[in-house]
Amino acid sequence: MNELTIEATVENITAVTEFVNEQLEAYDCPPKAKMQIDIAIDELFGNIAQYAYDPDTGPATVRVEVEEAPLAVIITFIDHGKPYDPLSRKDPDVTLPVEERDLGGLGVFLVKKTMDEISYEYRNGQNILRIRKTMREAGKNI
Amino acid sequence: MTIRTDQNGEKLDLALEGRLDTTTAPELDQAIKSALDSITDLTLDLEKLEYLSSAGLRVLLAAQKAMNKQGVMTVKNVSENIMEIFEITGFSEILTIV
Repeated sequence: MNELTIEATVENITAVTEFVNEQLEAYDCPPKAKMQIDIAIDELFGNIAQYAYDPDTGPATVRVEVEEAPLAVIITFIDHGKPYDPLSRKDPDVTLPVEERDLGGLGVFLVKKTMDEISYEYRNGQNILRIRKTMREAGKNI
Repeated sequence: MTIRTDQNGEKLDLALEGRLDTTTAPELDQAIKSALDSITDLTLDLEKLEYLSSAGLRVLLAAQKAMNKQGVMTVKNVSENIMEIFEITGFSEILTIV
């Protein structure tokens, strides 16, 4: 397990993405899973950066755990900003025509659809959001 | 992200390279908005796009809405992985993908 604590700002999304990718480097992560993990980081750390401490900023911790057989990564995002459960929000209607589309909630929806698990809890004054992605199962890339 | 711009009269081609995400989406938004006035045909080439997140989808939706009023918008060279993002979010129904 490895973790990074960093100021939650939009500018630091890249640093968090690099940190997570470094942790996965040794595991030959399949490109599609890697892309989906990168997107999840952009959505989730991006949300913390933009909303958790608004209008101020504050720190966030990103913890990475890798499990083998099946190869999976668990990423935990922790902040002590405003309590907010992103999973409480209703999924957007992705069948609406272009003029009626409202993009609120689309990022978390995308994470829900591409990760295997997502969970949220508020504990000790902290928002704790955890995602899990299986990357390889029985030798087969996912 | 880098954006290669090729404008020919009322036709604008934008080739995107790199990552279209929270950090870079404002650059694309700006590139489209600053050129859009006289454009009737907008093409986005995603051949070298590594990925896009919801921030990028938001810019594509705004561009599609604007172009619906004044012309056509086409998205080309969409990789399998990015196509899956479009399918999950229903953008495959909204965009004209060739």
